[in-house]
Amino acid sequence: MPVVTYISHDGAINDVEVASGTSVMQGAVDNMIDGIVAECGGSCSCATCHCYIDDAWMDKIPAASEMEKDMLECVLEPESNSRLSCQISVTDELDGLVVKLPASQF
Amino acid sequence: MTEPCCIVIGASHAGAQLAVSLRQQGWEGRILVIGDEPFLPYNRPPLSKTFLSGEKHVDDLLIRPEAQYEKVAIEFLLGQRVVEIDRHNKTLTLSHGEIFKYDKLALTTGSRVRTLDITGSDLRGVLYLRDINDVEQIRHFVGPNKKAVIVGGGYIGLETAAMLCKLGLAVTVLEAGERILNRVTVPALSAFYTRVHNEEGVQIETDVDISGFGGQNRVQEVQCNDGRVYPADLVIIGIGVLPNTELAEAAGLVVENGIRVDAHCLTIDPDIVAAGDCTNHHNAFYQCDLRLESVQNAMDQAKVAAATLCNKAIQYNALPWFWSDQYDIKLQIAGISSGHEELVLRGEPESGRKFSVFYFRQDKMIAVDAINSPQEFMIGKQIISKGLKVDKIMLADSSVPIRDLLQ
Repeated sequence: MPVVTYISHDGAINDVEVASGTSVMQGAVDNMIDGIVAECGGSCSCATCHCYIDDAWMDKIPAASEMEKDMLECVLEPESNSRLSCQISVTDELDGLVVKLPASQF
Repeated sequence: MTEPCCIVIGASHAGAQLAVSLRQQGWEGRILVIGDEPFLPYNRPPLSKTFLSGEKHVDDLLIRPEAQYEKVAIEFLLGQRVVEIDRHNKTLTLSHGEIFKYDKLALTTGSRVRTLDITGSDLRGVLYLRDINDVEQIRHFVGPNKKAVIVGGGYIGLETAAMLCKLGLAVTVLEAGERILNRVTVPALSAFYTRVHNEEGVQIETDVDISGFGGQNRVQEVQCNDGRVYPADLVIIGIGVLPNTELAEAAGLVVENGIRVDAHCLTIDPDIVAAGDCTNHHNAFYQCDLRLESVQNAMDQAKVAAATLCNKAIQYNALPWFWSDQYDIKLQIAGISSGHEELVLRGEPESGRKFSVFYFRQDKMIAVDAINSPQEFMIGKQIISKGLKVDKIMLADSSVPIRDLLQ
């Protein structure tokens, strides 16, 4: 099963197994990782699952939809590697993915 | 000495969050969640959308899989109903008589559908949409060229209409009021949704006074007092929900359109908290009593309630927000618009499918309805929660990027 590394804003590291087909958001929620709130349950409506994708993985992840891009421009502290984790589906190719979580969602 | 036990009544969204937050906040005792449905807590919003369409299955709806609760020792007792709370002895009784002792109690009993008890409402094919079981029943009646009548033009009714239309049914929405979404939004939005549903092929009728349902064994038509008749293979009634407060009331807790809670989600009993749809709280921002029916409220109140049980005093002061997905339209609502004195429109509701409405009271923005306008929603949320002043002329001008209003 692919492993995703979630790094909290304070540096705490959580390596968890996330089944292929599950979203990066759900992986965090399932494992009770603070820093991803995910109020809308993955329907790209709330932007409370904002994360920063480690640079090494940026080109392995499909591009964001217009809706997601619009929301990302208005999150607190947006960066070029910002994504909504509910919109990223974990695949075997993403085994080892590293995401950082913003302080604003704690 | 046995370890302290916290019992959560209601395996709802609020119940799931409360149990998990209890562990995260450091509760070391036993946590038992009792639910009357046979399922672990699940996301309800997809019921009227991707679960109805068959795209999502029960396992996809679960907020967390079973193994994750086991890891943190959260126990569930499912398919069981609590019939009594004895606050004096700190016990509760299940329907088959079993008694549990609690040290702390959390009520996350949610809400249930408001029912319509008229002639023929017990016919097969006359259904509601609140839980997994409801949708599984609805699915039996779904098929191409079947006729569905939705009773009630609220968000649930309209979302269901949109999905049934997509599944190939001929759909009619019957609304008792003069416009759909009458209770929850302004005429511009009602007119917009009426237009969109018509464009997609859904018929919307307003000022409809339903007298009964007709049919042999299963529903065949919806009858109105003025003589109108709508043929139907399936009827879904979506006329709102009622808070599940009977247990609390019988236990002597204060119930006023929801279980009364303070800013810490505490009831009048220092050992009992409550969270979610079943509660009524005084909202500091809107200066009124509110009973909210939303995932946001369920999750945020649950976190506050869990902190309270762990003797950490945090206050509930989150800005309410809601969403609704119909066809290709995402509606995002921040704040509560009732009591507004002025509204500012940004974009064209009469054509296209993208605009937003901002609501003001005494020059202060109190809410926004954003249609396919996520930036307006996100920025609106910030303006409202921070109490920022905005230039209404700039706000109404959709050629000015919404983010410029923050500068």
